[in-house]
Formats: sequence, structure tokens, C-alpha cells
Amino acid sequence: MAEDLLTTLSSKTKTVEIHRDKPCVIIGERINPTGRKKVMAALKEGNFDMVRKDAEDQVAAGAAVLDVNAGVPGADEPALLKQVMQTVMEVTDVPLCIDTADPDALATALALYEGKALVNSVNGEERSLSRVLPLVKEHGAAVIGLCMDDEGIPETPEARFKVAAKIIERAGKLGIPIEDVIIDPLALTMGADSNAGRIALDTIKLVVAEFGVNITMGASNISFGMPDRKYINATFIAMAIHAGLTCPITNPLVPEVSIAIKAADLVMGRDDYGMAWIQAYRQRQQSQ
Amino acid sequence: MSNILSEISAAVIAGNLGDIADLTEDALDEGLSAEEILNQGLMPGMDHVGVEFRAGRMFVPEVLRSARAMQKSMDILKPLLVESGTRMVGKVVIGTVKGDLHDIGKNLVAMMCEGAGFEVRDLGKDVAPEAFVDAVKEFEPDIVGMSALLTTTMRSMQLTINALEEAGVRERVKVMIGGAPVTQDFANQIGADGYASNAAAAVEMAKQFVGAA
Repeated sequence: MAEDLLTTLSSKTKTVEIHRDKPCVIIGERINPTGRKKVMAALKEGNFDMVRKDAEDQVAAGAAVLDVNAGVPGADEPALLKQVMQTVMEVTDVPLCIDTADPDALATALALYEGKALVNSVNGEERSLSRVLPLVKEHGAAVIGLCMDDEGIPETPEARFKVAAKIIERAGKLGIPIEDVIIDPLALTMGADSNAGRIALDTIKLVVAEFGVNITMGASNISFGMPDRKYINATFIAMAIHAGLTCPITNPLVPEVSIAIKAADLVMGRDDYGMAWIQAYRQRQQSQ
Repeated sequence: MSNILSEISAAVIAGNLGDIADLTEDALDEGLSAEEILNQGLMPGMDHVGVEFRAGRMFVPEVLRSARAMQKSMDILKPLLVESGTRMVGKVVIGTVKGDLHDIGKNLVAMMCEGAGFEVRDLGKDVAPEAFVDAVKEFEPDIVGMSALLTTTMRSMQLTINALEEAGVRERVKVMIGGAPVTQDFANQIGADGYASNAAAAVEMAKQFVGAA
């Protein structure tokens, strides 16, 4: 077993530590126009009210890092991402996870950001490795590595593990420390393949045992097409935390998921005296 | 309706993979034609699945299972349909556009189109514009369906329509698009003929395009 590694992210004023001995770090996923038609329309009009609200609400609900995505078709992504980031930084001081597939937007965003950002994401494709990793290195950021490559998304945990190993190796060659690579095993949809959850969990175990790196994952996809999704998501995220997940990208405003994360932290012995659990309970009581 | 045809419908609805092939053979043994089995057994079954799915009473894994059951039957019927020269409702070429690996919605649409009596050529995922063009030339479909789940890959829909225009085949087909970030506005903007927000709606639109609704 590899030793568990510590990833540090920071904003101008705040530092967040991600480690398997510490409580789970929630990366809030809401600031993303994909699949949110109202947000997309608002961003197109240059209206950032929803971004502001999403930022505040997610942080209040326990997000320690915020994912920022400004992928609006036809828009000038570097400029828009910059505006979205500035909006978020005006209302919160948590570190940001810069989520873009556009290298120009990424370069602009990293240049603007004060602190150590998390880049979402690089994958095992040659094109991605050669364009994203140098920017990560140049700006001293951390990066999420997706377990997919030129061949697509591997079907087996072993093949996904190999992609993770390749990303870590390539990052290392550029001088990016291994603790600054956070691996995403990719959780596909159980509605289409009932083994999808199991494959993600087994991938996490392999990667953690070999490298000790931190693990992120979008944990909402898994239940697509199913009824009562929130229960699936909550159970899956708790099981993934046991497998080694440390910083899920999720929506903290879904109470079932936030509660499952807190409960998993308690079960894993990362919540001394259950203080965080009790405090979250009191907050829920008050808001009722 | 003959008893065996309603049993086939029921097997499709239940996604009964164990019995569907035997039921299909039994129906043929009873003297029913492949066309009758398709139109009066499989299609009413898939229709029902579409309605239930749209209403939120059936779920993706169930629809996939139903579609698989139907395909098991179609494996037996297809050669017979070809032999008898049965005219299908229409032809559909479908794929997830270049750069995008999401294929659940696209698969649902493809399978439900088959269930509605279309002949479907599924090009898979990460399909380049040229591959759509080639398929249109070779297969001569009535409809081209494109799916994209990412804001970053929606652009590939525009590029594909451009490629169809450049190849001079755009006017031969109706183009319909779908996927989470796609909107009616976007469809208008890129010159698609239609946008559907879910698989059942896509099948309805496909039927309208070929005058079979």
C-alpha cells in the first residue's frame, strides 16, 4: 500500500487540504451551464446572478472548493470563464476548480487566479497530456486526471488503472508532484451497465493502493435513468469514500448526498467526537 | 389480435429475454408473417414502453431490456422481412457526434426507432462529420439523428450539418438533434429540422418526418 498523499489547494486567503485521514472535501458542481438551460441563457446575456447564488449556496451547504465551468456554445470561453471566476471570487473565498476543455480558456484562467487552483481536467489522450500538463506545471496548479485515453473509456478497472498510471508518469516527467494529481476513475451510468458502479469502485482501490493519490469523481451520473436517484447517489458516494474517494464533485445542496458524506466521514473515523455530524444535524433542525 | 401476438407484445414490455425468440418462432409456425409479428406484436409493445418511459413509469434499464428483447425477435424476422420485400417505415442514421462519448440517449433513440419500424444504422459514438456524410450517401436514410451531451461537443452538430451541405446531401434528409445541453433555439440556429428532448419524443418526430405518425 502506498502512503496516502496530501493535496493542498488555495485561494488568496484560504487553504484546503485533501487527504484520506481528513473529512471529505466537497467540490461544488453547480457552476456549470451543461444541462442547465437557464444558466446557459443567463451567461449568454452576461447575467451572473445565478453564478453568484450558486457560489454562495454551495459554500453555505459545505462545498470547500467550487468547480467553475463556462462552456457555452458559441461564446468566447476564455472571456466568459474569466468573468464567471471573478464573480465567484467576489462572493466567496474558497479555492476554485477550473473546468474547461479549452486550453486558451485554461491558460487565461490560471493566469488570473491567485493561489493554487485545481485544473479539471487532463486525460490520457496525447493531445490532452501535451496541452494541459505544461499549463498545470507553469502555474503550480493541481490537476484532475480522467481515466480515459485515445481509445475511449476502458471497460476494466485494470485498464483504467493503466491510464491513471500514465497520467501520473507524464505529470512527473514535467515535474508536477504526484500529490498534485487527483485521479477520477469515471463513474458511468448503471442504468446502461449495472457493473458501472463496481468498476469505478475497483478502479479507485487499485489506484489508491499503488499511488496513494487523492481521488475525485462526479457521483451523480451513476444513477441516470433510474428512479429515486438521490438514494443511489448517497449510497454510492459513501461506498466510494470507503474505497478511497476524497474529494467528490457533487451538488452539496442535495441533502441526501451531503448527509451520506458526513456519515461516511464519521464511519471512517475522520470526525472526532462526531462534532461535524452533530453540527450538521443542528443546522438542519434550525433550517426546518 | 391473436393470442401469440399479445404474448409477444407482453414479452417486449417485460423485457423477457428468455422467451421472446421462442414466441417469435411459435408465431411464425402458426403462419403469421414477419410483417404481422413486427407490426402487431413488437411495435405495440415498444409503443407502450415509449409511453410509460415518457410518463416516468418505466426507467432506462427497463427500456434497454425491452429493446434487447425486441432485437432478439428482429434477429429472426429481419431476413424474412428482407426476403418478402417488406417496406419499413423509414431509414434512420444515428450517432453521437465527434468528441462525445455519451451514448445512452442515442442508443435509446436508435432502439426505439427500430421498435417503431424504422431501419436504423447506428454509427456509434465520437462520429466524425465525414462518417455521417458517408453513411447518408451509402444508406440513403430519411433521417439523420445526432446526439451531444457536452456544451463543448454541440459544435460538432453544426460541423456535421455543414459537411452534409458541402457534400450536397443535406436536402435529402431531415436532421434531428438531442442531448442534455441541446435546445430548440440551438436546433434553429444550426439549421437542424428538429429537436427532441427525450427518446420517445424523438421517435414521434421521426414518424412525423416520414409521414407515419
